[in-house]
Amino acid sequence: MTAAVLPLAVSTAGLTKRFGSRTVVSDLAMAVPTGSVYGFLGPNGSGKTTTIRMLLALVTPTTGTREVLGCPIPDAADRALHRVGALVEGPAFHPYLSGRANLARLDAADRHTDPATAKARIDAALDRVGLLAAATKRYRAYSLGMRQRLAIAGALLTPRDLLVLDEPTNGLDPQGTREVRSLVASLAADGTTVLVSSHLLSEVEQMCTHLGVMREGELVAQGTVAEIRGKSRPVSRVLTSQPDAAATVLRGLGLAEVTSRPGEAHGIPGGVAPEAIVAALVGAGVPVAGFTVTSASLEDLFVALTGEGFDVSG
Amino acid sequence: MSVAEGVRQRPEPESESEPAYRPKPFSTRLFRSEMALIGGRRRNQMGLLVLAAMPIIMAVATKLTTSDRHRGGDLMSSMTSNGLFVPIAAFLVEMTMFLPLAIAMLSGDSIAGEANLGTLRYLLTVPVSRTRLLAVKFASLCAGALWGVLVVAIPGAIVGIALFGFGPMPTLSGTTLGAAEAIGRLVLVCLYLTAGLSALAAVGLFISTLTEQPIGAAVAVMIVTIVSWILVGVPQLSWLHPWLLVNHWMAFEDFVRDPIAWDAPLAGVRLFALYAVVFWTLAWARFAGKDVTS
Repeated sequence: MTAAVLPLAVSTAGLTKRFGSRTVVSDLAMAVPTGSVYGFLGPNGSGKTTTIRMLLALVTPTTGTREVLGCPIPDAADRALHRVGALVEGPAFHPYLSGRANLARLDAADRHTDPATAKARIDAALDRVGLLAAATKRYRAYSLGMRQRLAIAGALLTPRDLLVLDEPTNGLDPQGTREVRSLVASLAADGTTVLVSSHLLSEVEQMCTHLGVMREGELVAQGTVAEIRGKSRPVSRVLTSQPDAAATVLRGLGLAEVTSRPGEAHGIPGGVAPEAIVAALVGAGVPVAGFTVTSASLEDLFVALTGEGFDVSG
Repeated sequence: MSVAEGVRQRPEPESESEPAYRPKPFSTRLFRSEMALIGGRRRNQMGLLVLAAMPIIMAVATKLTTSDRHRGGDLMSSMTSNGLFVPIAAFLVEMTMFLPLAIAMLSGDSIAGEANLGTLRYLLTVPVSRTRLLAVKFASLCAGALWGVLVVAIPGAIVGIALFGFGPMPTLSGTTLGAAEAIGRLVLVCLYLTAGLSALAAVGLFISTLTEQPIGAAVAVMIVTIVSWILVGVPQLSWLHPWLLVNHWMAFEDFVRDPIAWDAPLAGVRLFALYAVVFWTLAWARFAGKDVTS
């Protein structure tokens, strides 16, 4: 329960956004603890980007309140947002300016940064995302991955307390995705709170401490990764040439939802220890080729929460 | 990605002691960045070339076709008597089309261009307050108007003096002015036209907050200008004429009278100021609470 004691980097209450008659975000109560890496998950069109836009004072909610770094938005947006680095819905820069000139423009727009250190900070940010060698190239010549990196560099121009990264691995190759992960990890290790959205659980699963799952504008699950994982029950699985005999043994031990199919039998062990299950199977003469106890993967849980398939919600 | 120095994190988010740099109450960095953006754009550089070419073409054509006999009385024919009349004659031509077009392109681009590229959302999350962004954008458009006017005036004056000399300047009232006085009059014309074009830029800034299509906004500003020119030509609508920008632009001629006929230019300046205030406020009312979804 330490999370409840820490101040929240982002909190919303009753946050709702309607575009016309369409409700895009509904009664959102989001809580991103300070120091966490919060994975903001949901299929395309589930309201993640609209929520992020509301946090950054780009979009006015229909009802509800939001606070970023303890400052109410939009009233104290100027005080809060210069401590927030943001990547919103993909990179956007002036195509005929170089990467470095684009960052210089962003830095010039920031009243809170020291112009005397601009050059050093811009180069440090470019270096951090591996773009220093391409700094003088025009943005229009950048690949999608380089554009994404430049947008991340833009979020790192000054020290930030909160990073909001909307789909940061979009367009990156697997190597780039790994680099973003390690970058987020190193920033989080320094104490930056990171809010990272994705429609792919696998991209953020390894780096997050907390998860929030959106479905059709509603937050259907939120908490630490362990809390969310805890909602699924582990499954015992026996690999055997006699699945029916194995199933009988499992039922005899009191396992729930025991099923069998060629080559394996599985059930939910509840309080039954794995050793006891294996001992009973061997005692009953069932040849055990393999035995595992697995939690349902977060992926399965994610699919269960958000629904399957390619349909874009909303 | 190599881990670079310089991107350090603040351990205590609430601490106010850390930021070594205190924001100044007034900073010109964004304005200068804006001017660099306008000036660095190839399209705008070509536009400036076209603006500068007009007085030169007019001066050369006049030199080649007219004899040195000077009739006096109208601007075009006065060109041959004093080089400074070249930019003034060029304004007569360029204010109908080229200079308003330049302002239409710049002002249409101001907000809609950033929205179209998506850079608007990144400027606003820097954060730049929306009021400040509109103020800086308008200031840069006014500077752009001055730039456009000077690009007509300075090359025009240089080529004019080279071709026709720099004698006493005849006025539309029939008298002549000394050299210093003549330069002063040209400066007044430039400032007056800059104010007139800045008023159009305020209209463009407002239109630019209504759309995400910069070309659409520019076309709309051009339509406003052309329709105004047409309305000025309809005598039945004379009650409307005092409220049309273009009707007042041509009052710059009154600076070339002796003495200056101040009535019309002063009425013009009042209307320009009114347009700037009204349309900047409309732009603010539209933009301040707008959802930025681009």
